[in-house]
Amino acid sequence: MEELIRLEDLSYTYHAGQENERPVLKHVDLSIRRGEFLAVLGANGSGKSTLAKHLNAILIPTGGRCIVHGIDTRATEELWRIRQQVGMVFQNPDNQMVAAVVEDDVAFGPENLGIPPDEIRSRVDAALRAVGMEDYRDFAPHRLSGGQKQRVAIAGALAMETDCIVFDEPTAMLDPRGHEEVMATVKQLHRERGITVVYITHFMEEAAEAERVIVLEKGSIALQGTPREVFTQVEQLKRMKLDVPMAAEMVYRLRQKGVKLPKDVLTEEELAEALCQSGWKM
Amino acid sequence: MLQDITLGQFFPGTSFLHRMDPRVKIGLLFLLIVLVFLCNTAPTYGLLGAFTLFLMLRSHVPMRMMLKSLRPLVWIILFTFLIHLCSHPGELIAQLGPFEITKEGLQQGIFISLRLVFLILLSSLLTFTTSPLKLTDAMERILSPGKKIGLPAHELAMMMTIALRFVPTLIEETDKIMKAQAARGSDFASGNILQRLKGFVPVLVPLFLSAFRRADELAMAMEARCYHGGEGRTQMKSLKAGRLDYMACSSMAVLTGLLLYLRFSMQ
Repeated sequence: MEELIRLEDLSYTYHAGQENERPVLKHVDLSIRRGEFLAVLGANGSGKSTLAKHLNAILIPTGGRCIVHGIDTRATEELWRIRQQVGMVFQNPDNQMVAAVVEDDVAFGPENLGIPPDEIRSRVDAALRAVGMEDYRDFAPHRLSGGQKQRVAIAGALAMETDCIVFDEPTAMLDPRGHEEVMATVKQLHRERGITVVYITHFMEEAAEAERVIVLEKGSIALQGTPREVFTQVEQLKRMKLDVPMAAEMVYRLRQKGVKLPKDVLTEEELAEALCQSGWKM
Repeated sequence: MLQDITLGQFFPGTSFLHRMDPRVKIGLLFLLIVLVFLCNTAPTYGLLGAFTLFLMLRSHVPMRMMLKSLRPLVWIILFTFLIHLCSHPGELIAQLGPFEITKEGLQQGIFISLRLVFLILLSSLLTFTTSPLKLTDAMERILSPGKKIGLPAHELAMMMTIALRFVPTLIEETDKIMKAQAARGSDFASGNILQRLKGFVPVLVPLFLSAFRRADELAMAMEARCYHGGEGRTQMKSLKAGRLDYMACSSMAVLTGLLLYLRFSMQ
């Protein structure tokens, strides 16, 4: 598959060159393919948000390179092209809505790109339909639920006709229903529109939906692979103070007690199946 | 919907005043204000009064709401009336101690008070029939020629829009913080004014902190969506003057002509 974003030996240090300098990312190499669903996991302070902000040139690497669509993010004259292609949805749904009406907010991105009014109108309508928010176009943001606000934020990125959307812990402040809403929308956009998704989270269940998972620890990639490959590394995940999916954890503990079970169990159904087949008796 | 924005006194509706282009409304309001100051005789005041009444009736804003907007200025109007009542020499109609009330004074008092009443009613008609968002938009357009001399028209309008967007959010947040502080024993309701103000410090500090954090995050979100000032920016809902606005302008022209005729030929 075609490569969309490449990080080459990327490092980032806050307050570089000052007394209180703090390295956050250390020599990260990563390639993100077009149409991929990549989840980025990591404990607090592992650098996952910092990584996200490099993908659309909000932060510029202090070492190494970040290449988006063949454009180095240090090329400031191409800044708007990069940001048009890589949209971003942030954690706090309230602090990313600019306008006092839903449809005006969705129009904000295309307006900045200088698109003619008629086309903005059709893009906004299409984007709102794509996230199922077309009935709320005249609403003020404070009348929406958290999940709905995040869907509007997604529509805002879609209206810029982005290829890739980076989600920076979009569900961290939402209730369980909001979680489901946002996750369903993300999966649908990935499946139906081939949008490249980079999904930063600390929820295992959400990362398990991805095609590929990377786990950051202290600014470096510690683990990567399919969700099954990553989540069965129970000891490693525990060392990094990350949660482990319930089924994987159960298998891990049972295996420690000497129960013969396959190692790569991820879902609860698989666990049930494996337990039945093991013929293990209390 | 928009009416939830509690700022200002917008009264949603579909009257022709609501549907007019806000820029035209602002322009015509200025013309009307000039006309108010041109009035000097009973016929001219009568004409303008009739026109104001017509607009008020057609705006479908409840009469009571509009008259309420006069209330804060009732004393000023009364004061103006009294001053004029006793300070014009002429045909004496009553004597109250040292104050001489004359026929001319009475007439002038009524005229000047009416002038104030018209000014207030006409300007509140604008805010009653135009949402704050539309007003902001119109303001940006009207000020935009000033960009050449360094007037930040777009920035001012963007600030207004964001302020309008965040008023409900911050109100909600204030409420939350007040409840949280009350749960920790804060008292906002008793004591003298100084004590009460002091009681508000534990509310204001977190509120300001959070507002700054919000501003920071919002700025980043705006940049992520390619915001780079007003230059090269388009608008989905660009204002467009239509037939209604041309009709309003021509009616205003007729009114102006009539008023000027009444003022300068009837003397």
